[in-house]
Amino acid sequence: MQTVSAVMGVLFGSLVDLNGPGHYVHWGFIQMSVANVVLIGLMVVTFVAAILIPFRRHGGGSR
Amino acid sequence: MTIDTDAPTKVAADLPQDAGQLSAKLRHAAVEALPPERLMPDRQPTYVASWIYVFGVLTVSALAVVILTGVVLAIFGPAWWHVSPTGHFVNSLHLWSVEVFFFAMVIHLWGKFFMAAWRGRRRATWVTGVVAFVVSVGTAFTGYLSQQNFDSQWISTQAKDGINSTGAGAIFNVTNFGQMLMWHIVLLPLAVGLIVGGHVLLVRRRGVVPPFAPPGDAPPDVKAVPVADLTPKGDDR
Repeated sequence: MQTVSAVMGVLFGSLVDLNGPGHYVHWGFIQMSVANVVLIGLMVVTFVAAILIPFRRHGGGSR
Repeated sequence: MTIDTDAPTKVAADLPQDAGQLSAKLRHAAVEALPPERLMPDRQPTYVASWIYVFGVLTVSALAVVILTGVVLAIFGPAWWHVSPTGHFVNSLHLWSVEVFFFAMVIHLWGKFFMAAWRGRRRATWVTGVVAFVVSVGTAFTGYLSQQNFDSQWISTQAKDGINSTGAGAIFNVTNFGQMLMWHIVLLPLAVGLIVGGHVLLVRRRGVVPPFAPPGDAPPDVKAVPVADLTPKGDDR
């Protein structure tokens, strides 16, 4: 378990360095962390994909 | 004389003289509201084939993982989840299943909003979904307060002024760890579980809202689809 944690730590730690002050974006009086902006962006992308990607129905046919 | 204790106990139901009993009335009301074929249907209308409902199911599935990992954390306690590698792992599972829970719930909520899912006497379904979202935010908030680390101290001291300004601080003290932990592991999960359960039962009772009619067409009947219309007529897959 500790080996796995160490490997995951190196992998993700190299992508996102959390050792330091957080990064924020400012739009007027709106202030959000970059992490939250990325998450909201992912939700919007997933929502659009959920609308546009056809849903394969049981049996593959239509009725 | 011998008594066969393995044989099922004989019960009598729907006798005329018992019609006024509370249990008989409750049974009739429950079966009328949710007959078995509506509670556990084999088929759904074709417009239910949508990713938006997959995210609804994903929300409930994530909630199950949240509750399961929460039970494990409750069994072993803070000293375990702070120190033990396995405790860290289960704690992380608890956090990330909450992230999936909210992620999926928000997408489901957006989809249902743009479908105007409250049409056709489905107001209660929509409202229970919204209330489930709001109560879940409170549950997650008290979870952050229950971490017993600098993060929870920071969040509680930031939140206390906002909560106190509403007057709720008189009974809801965000700097009281014991109180927040009890809200997080007893009261709010109970509320979320009951509301989500009620929401799912309402989805079964009222059915899923039909789509809007194309421009120029007559508006569809948005009431619940009768069970008879869901039964297959020949090979119509």
